[in-house]
Amino acid sequence: MTATAVKQAAAKSRALSHIRICDLTGLLAGAGATRFLAAFGAQVIRVEQPAHEKHRWDFLRGGMSPDGAKQGINFGGNFNNHNVEKLGITLDLKSAEGKALLGRLVAMSDAVTENFSAHVMERLGFTYEWLKSHNEKIVYVGNSGFGKAGPYSDFKSVGQVVQPVSGLTFMSGMPDMEPAGWGFAFMDHMGAYMMATAVLGGIIARNRTGEGQFIDFSCTEAGVGLAGPELLDSTVNGRPMRRPGKPNSNSDNFPPMVPHGIYPAAGEDNWVAIACRSDDDWARLAGAIGAEWARDPALATFAARMARRKEIDSRIGEWTAVQGRDTIEATVRAAGVPVGQVARPADRIDNDPRTAAWGLWPKVQHEEIGETRVEGIPVHMSETDWSISRGAPCLGADNDFVYGTLLGLSPGEIADFRQRGVI
Amino acid sequence: MNALLNGLRVVELASDRAAWAGKLMGDLGADVIVVEAPGGHASRSYGPFLNDEEHPDRCLWWWNYNTSKRSVVLDLVSDQGRDDFRRLVASADIVLEGEDPGDLDALGIDHTQIRAARPELIWVSVTPFGHSRADLHEPTTDLTLLASGGTVWSCGYDDHSVPPVRPGGGHAHHTASAFAVMAALTAVVHRDLTGIGQHVDVSMLAATNVTTEVNTVDYLYRGATNQRQTGRHASEHKTMGIQVQTGDGGYCTNPLGLTTAGNYQSVIDWLGELGLEEELPEFFFLQMGVERGGVSLKVLGQDVEATEIYRAGREALYLIASKLTMAEYFVQAQQRGIACGAVYAPDEALADAHFQFREYPVEVEHDELGRSFTYPGLPYTGTSIPKSIRRAPMVGEHTHVVLADLAQG
Repeated sequence: MTATAVKQAAAKSRALSHIRICDLTGLLAGAGATRFLAAFGAQVIRVEQPAHEKHRWDFLRGGMSPDGAKQGINFGGNFNNHNVEKLGITLDLKSAEGKALLGRLVAMSDAVTENFSAHVMERLGFTYEWLKSHNEKIVYVGNSGFGKAGPYSDFKSVGQVVQPVSGLTFMSGMPDMEPAGWGFAFMDHMGAYMMATAVLGGIIARNRTGEGQFIDFSCTEAGVGLAGPELLDSTVNGRPMRRPGKPNSNSDNFPPMVPHGIYPAAGEDNWVAIACRSDDDWARLAGAIGAEWARDPALATFAARMARRKEIDSRIGEWTAVQGRDTIEATVRAAGVPVGQVARPADRIDNDPRTAAWGLWPKVQHEEIGETRVEGIPVHMSETDWSISRGAPCLGADNDFVYGTLLGLSPGEIADFRQRGVI
Repeated sequence: MNALLNGLRVVELASDRAAWAGKLMGDLGADVIVVEAPGGHASRSYGPFLNDEEHPDRCLWWWNYNTSKRSVVLDLVSDQGRDDFRRLVASADIVLEGEDPGDLDALGIDHTQIRAARPELIWVSVTPFGHSRADLHEPTTDLTLLASGGTVWSCGYDDHSVPPVRPGGGHAHHTASAFAVMAALTAVVHRDLTGIGQHVDVSMLAATNVTTEVNTVDYLYRGATNQRQTGRHASEHKTMGIQVQTGDGGYCTNPLGLTTAGNYQSVIDWLGELGLEEELPEFFFLQMGVERGGVSLKVLGQDVEATEIYRAGREALYLIASKLTMAEYFVQAQQRGIACGAVYAPDEALADAHFQFREYPVEVEHDELGRSFTYPGLPYTGTSIPKSIRRAPMVGEHTHVVLADLAQG
């Protein structure tokens, strides 16, 4: 469907400029999916409740300005990041008139996206059948922690529920310690990516067959699917993943490597990751270390190094602990061995030419926050590359455009709906 | 209804970097042909192996990342192999590869060389730093990319004398592959409308950098450097622990603690049912939590009374957890409306009743061995979502049939 153009600061990608998304998502797991589509030109219309009712607005929406001087419902930094390039409208989904307006929006959209708790759409009356009654070809993708059916479908879910239940938290840690898990909602990201995949797949299928569809995405299942080959070692070889010495996620790997770990560098909380992929890597690293223990011919083979892994790790740790992390990285890299500092945010965002040259941190203009940096897209496309320049919409910022220009309501009708709290 | 990606053909050069992307598209119904060198791709040696017997067709790394694909062996160093590759690519919608920039160019089969004659082709490259930094020849692995890209800084323990932690599983590859799939399908939507394909350049380092949630955004927005903490979000300021140990030695998370009045009432009831009220010195605060109408996460650390109530709630959860098994605590907490997750191992998740009910684990037929094995399935449900996936191909299993089909045009 043709998306009517909105005034934009920069040339937009034409990859998806003919696609319109009626976006009922929030937080990161949902908003992150439509963010990608918006960066490639899709017209994403984010629908939010008009007036504050407890827990009705996106938890990330409010916050403080970057300098901490102002606060309000439009100042959430994470909300701004996750909703760049989207249009924002308010609509009371509980009112009869609100439902009717949503139906009109669905009728002119290609896809409907949501990541409410599993049964909210049903409770609001927005079943797939209802959506289809407004648009036979609609692609509807729902994303929830446990999927829409099953004993846990009503369970509360956030990233720090999805990651433990799927097994990804278990797989992050040192042996004989409690799980370290994840210092962020990795599965909100991966869930968003896989949700966007479903939307795009649904649109491609619709273009081929003329039929829409409903896809129920379960974020926890997506997490289980990211366990890697160790999971098959359990189901195929009967070797349980919970066993002594497991997990040991800095050292253990498929393919197995020794040495392979995160070693201390001089200074406060400085660390460097080093991985030897082969006997050749080891020979070159041993040469760079230069010490007698490293040159021991008995360590030339993988099997021998594996048998003495603890000792090697401890020796390398002694070698690295007295050197600056830049020095270690330069020395190991010059030896042709994979190495990487454990980068702090400033290291990788402000001081890494590999991300700067990519254009990974674009600036956006936000109506209240002003100019801020946000995340770019780690993909460049030769013909229809992404652009990100507009910050997240303030609450209801695009009501006049969407209800007036797109849906054709008169200024009087819009004012009346606004006055009565429908929008 | 046809499978979601039915009708799309993907030609994939076997790699570590993009294997999961090909698997996801194959499981969703695309015809994915993975091209391997004679003898099979190196990843067939990564292990683990069926019954620990090393063999290219028994490698579980290969099995995991190459389901629903067909294998064609081509020797790209030979003229014949390159000719076959060009013919094969001529039948494709998408080419997917993870070669170091320059390697295919040297063979005369780079995207610029092949797309010159076929501008409708979509060509996806997954490399550590992207083709725009082809000048960099720094070797990387999953571990070093996750260190350079911000994942590792954010993960680990409260005790910073312990090294930060790389979460296991291969997530630098998974993350980049997820972007490869999204971008490839975006390019298909555009090509279906315009007839124009393109080159899609994926940077693994960039993909990791934009996949650390608050840790990137808090820095971009207000210059905050978050610090790792055991089992919970890295944060500028230390937050209260969310991981409880259960009576059987397992762990569960309570990421939100107790926030609503209902949460506090249900924990009071739960303690009562277990006969534990007397064991909790902070019991009084729970009643205050009910009377206050709950505690907002946003006032913790600022409102002293709210913080003490919230802390008492955590103590109650620690106490209850110590009396129950991991599975009991997880399910009972959730049934009482408290956000909670059991720290399952992935194989334990696969065996859980919920995922069994949803038919998430799938039996994959291994006809070559005369039996089937349980695999994780697709996380999607719908009329176009395949209910089964096919085992990974043996080395060159489909070379003959695929090349014969091409010859017939």
